[in-house]
Amino acid sequence: MRIKLERRPSPSRTMLVVTPIASVIVTMLIGMVVFDLMGIDGTRAVKDIFLTPLLLSYKWQDVALKAAPLIIIALGLSVGNRAQVWNIGAEGQYIVGALAAAGIGIAAGTAGGFFVILAMVLAGILFGALYALIPAVLKTRWDVNEILSSLMLTYVSYQILGFLVGGPWKDPNGRNFPATAPLAENQSLPLLFSGSTVHLGVLIALILPFVFWVMMSRSVFGYQVRVVGSAPQAARHGGFDAKQTVWIAMLIGGGMAGLAGALEFTGALKAINLGFPSGYGFTAIIVAFLGRLHPIGCLIAGIVLAVTYVGGQVAQTSVHIPNSTAGIFQAMMLFFILASDILIRYRLRIVTAAKPVVAGE
Amino acid sequence: MTPSPSPADQPRLELVGITKRFPGVLANDQVSFTVRPGEIHALLGENGAGKSTLVKMIYGIQQPDAGEIRWNGARMVIPSPKAARKLGIGMVFQHFSLFEAMTVLENIALGMDASIPARDLEQKILSVMDQYGLKLEPHRIVSTLSVGERQRIEIVRALLLNPNLLIMDEPTSVLTPQEVEQLFVVLRKLASEGCSILYISHKLHEIKALCDTATILRGGKLVATCNPAAETSRSMAEMMIGGSLKDIQRGAGREMGAAKLVVHDLCVPKDGPFGTALKGINFSVRAGEIFGIAGVAGNGQNALLLALSGEVTAQSDAVQVDGAKIGATSAKARRLGGMASVPEERNGHAAVPEFTLSENAVLTARDRLGMVSNGMINFGSAKTYAGEVIRAFSVKATGPGAFAESLSGGNLQKFIMGREIMQKPQVLVVSQPTWGVDAGAAGAIHQALVDLAATGSAIVVISQDLDELLSLCDTLAVINEGHLSPPMPVAGANIEEIGLLMGGVHGDPTADVHVSKEVADAY
Repeated sequence: MRIKLERRPSPSRTMLVVTPIASVIVTMLIGMVVFDLMGIDGTRAVKDIFLTPLLLSYKWQDVALKAAPLIIIALGLSVGNRAQVWNIGAEGQYIVGALAAAGIGIAAGTAGGFFVILAMVLAGILFGALYALIPAVLKTRWDVNEILSSLMLTYVSYQILGFLVGGPWKDPNGRNFPATAPLAENQSLPLLFSGSTVHLGVLIALILPFVFWVMMSRSVFGYQVRVVGSAPQAARHGGFDAKQTVWIAMLIGGGMAGLAGALEFTGALKAINLGFPSGYGFTAIIVAFLGRLHPIGCLIAGIVLAVTYVGGQVAQTSVHIPNSTAGIFQAMMLFFILASDILIRYRLRIVTAAKPVVAGE
Repeated sequence: MTPSPSPADQPRLELVGITKRFPGVLANDQVSFTVRPGEIHALLGENGAGKSTLVKMIYGIQQPDAGEIRWNGARMVIPSPKAARKLGIGMVFQHFSLFEAMTVLENIALGMDASIPARDLEQKILSVMDQYGLKLEPHRIVSTLSVGERQRIEIVRALLLNPNLLIMDEPTSVLTPQEVEQLFVVLRKLASEGCSILYISHKLHEIKALCDTATILRGGKLVATCNPAAETSRSMAEMMIGGSLKDIQRGAGREMGAAKLVVHDLCVPKDGPFGTALKGINFSVRAGEIFGIAGVAGNGQNALLLALSGEVTAQSDAVQVDGAKIGATSAKARRLGGMASVPEERNGHAAVPEFTLSENAVLTARDRLGMVSNGMINFGSAKTYAGEVIRAFSVKATGPGAFAESLSGGNLQKFIMGREIMQKPQVLVVSQPTWGVDAGAAGAIHQALVDLAATGSAIVVISQDLDELLSLCDTLAVINEGHLSPPMPVAGANIEEIGLLMGGVHGDPTADVHVSKEVADAY
């Protein structure tokens, strides 16, 4: 008896939806077994990481705050990935977007209100997009691999951040800590519910997936991105410009990461210090794939990943495992989702009787 | 093991009840036939009839689900091509497995099961070539060779094993008439020495000229075994498609209008080291005219299609439609201007495999048929149009929502042709419109092209199938190494001259260029 992979006549829509869910479940099961083998209560750990944040209502606002940037960045990345453009530098674009918002805030001085906040957020989008334009130019002009260039630019952004918060933008009243001055109330994003920490960015993260959904499924641009990604020659035949698609896909990816950075800064953190880079830009790659590059999928996957972040903190206190365990679970989910991709185009078949080998000698 | 009868009348190869099933298809259903020593046996059938699957089992690439293969009277299981070669079965594939950047000798050495010193191998190759009159220079780089010469490498490779059975899969699809003639000479000589040949083709006139017996497959089943010499091409074709053939209906005495498409000194640099540059192509096509471009694969057909469709741009006056200079405009602008095209590759070029037929309709019809407003696609009208194409061209699909990759090649081709033709283009350029399409569908596509021409459109058909061009076109030119010959009217065209143009300087200048009467008559 052996197992055979057999090509399906057409890709399975069911598997497209089932495999991400299965990946999460398999991750939970393997997590349980591994923790048990390590002498830690595995059931408890997995329950705390994946379920407790959902069961305790006071954890919901933490989940929402973590999910918002993940969803927004993943939406932008999934557009690029659909067009086979691999922007790995969302983290850098996120940082540059936040810095741009901070720059506008500092330039505005004590002025604030709707237009200043709007300008800060728009600057975040613009600079995030401009930062992503560098790998786009390198790719379309000199065929430089965007995976490497965008990733390296992330490290450049750390240096820019370090320079600005440690020098020109350092808070004069900050006891010489490398950090910007906390945002005044009139430059911060409004909260959705008074008394909570849930800011306007969360609402934006809930609306944007539907905007992207319409854009990707109904607009000529969304069609262009899908054709360029799945059949570049057909795209050329249909009169679509591949280079233009790369540019726009990178701009959208960078713009969304920049937006997420600006919202995180103006809504949640209010100040930028050396600890600002949080890895959302990298985790969003997992969100995009777990969400099958579909905008609504990104919304759901963003919430799942946010749950593991919050759950990681819960498990830290309840079963005393390091916070970084959540990262291992996130990586496992990505691993299983990529590994199960093959089931969309192939099915498993168990073959029994082996054939007798007779001649040819 | 069965007791063997006397070797003389014992069949070399005998298939008994061979059945092979793939998911969703019965590729071969109880196929039985025999091949005698020294016999040239044709395996005839449309694309998808199960010919390739059958020979793959004989050559050990696949295993039958039921039935048995008898070799010289003994039942055999042939587990691999290597085992098949050991038995003395050689095969020349339709698609060659050659390394372009290596020499003839290196390519042959790579394909040998046993390692033979280069010097000995060269001697053996030269003696085989000499014996069968195969002209080939062992130290030439493959990329510099014509398709016919490349095929000779594959034949030499098979002959080095002294085969008792040689399987030839669609060997003439890319050859000029002269090269076909040379191939037949070699095959006849081999057969006269007792080597059996299993010759796969759907070209009836070749089978009539060459083969002793023909086994006809349809839908995986054996439908007839006949003597090709005693049949007409038409009767064999009807057995092959299982129905009666329709002739193309042409409007009698069509009036040609003014020149609609003018191609003037079109030059395109070559794309990559093994591409072909276009060197000053000139021709014009009148309204209502079907203009054929013949030629052996790889002589610039692809570059020409891309330059006409707008996927590659050239100087502004190189392409003119009704006097408008559009040589430098984009594919999108050309389509809006009334010029449509169908490239040769269906999957991933003319259509997106993982898209539905509705979505594929959007690919080329969106602007001409108003499927777009304010940057948004109206998928309702795309679905309606896809449905109309499906009905008008009898495309076998579950509907506009079917994925392109779920269609058979012929049905997808019908959909793509329909998608372009039903936009009523002023100029239509098609490459290999019926490649891999069954005879029934090919007839429908030809008729649609003739009907479109009758409405006053100018049509360019690029094809390697000379029969197709001769039956379809009004005017014919031959492309060779990026040069286009002067056009000639098809009525009264000289097949020998066309063959020479196809071979061009490209072929072997020392070769015998005479086309025998039987090949010429067959066209």
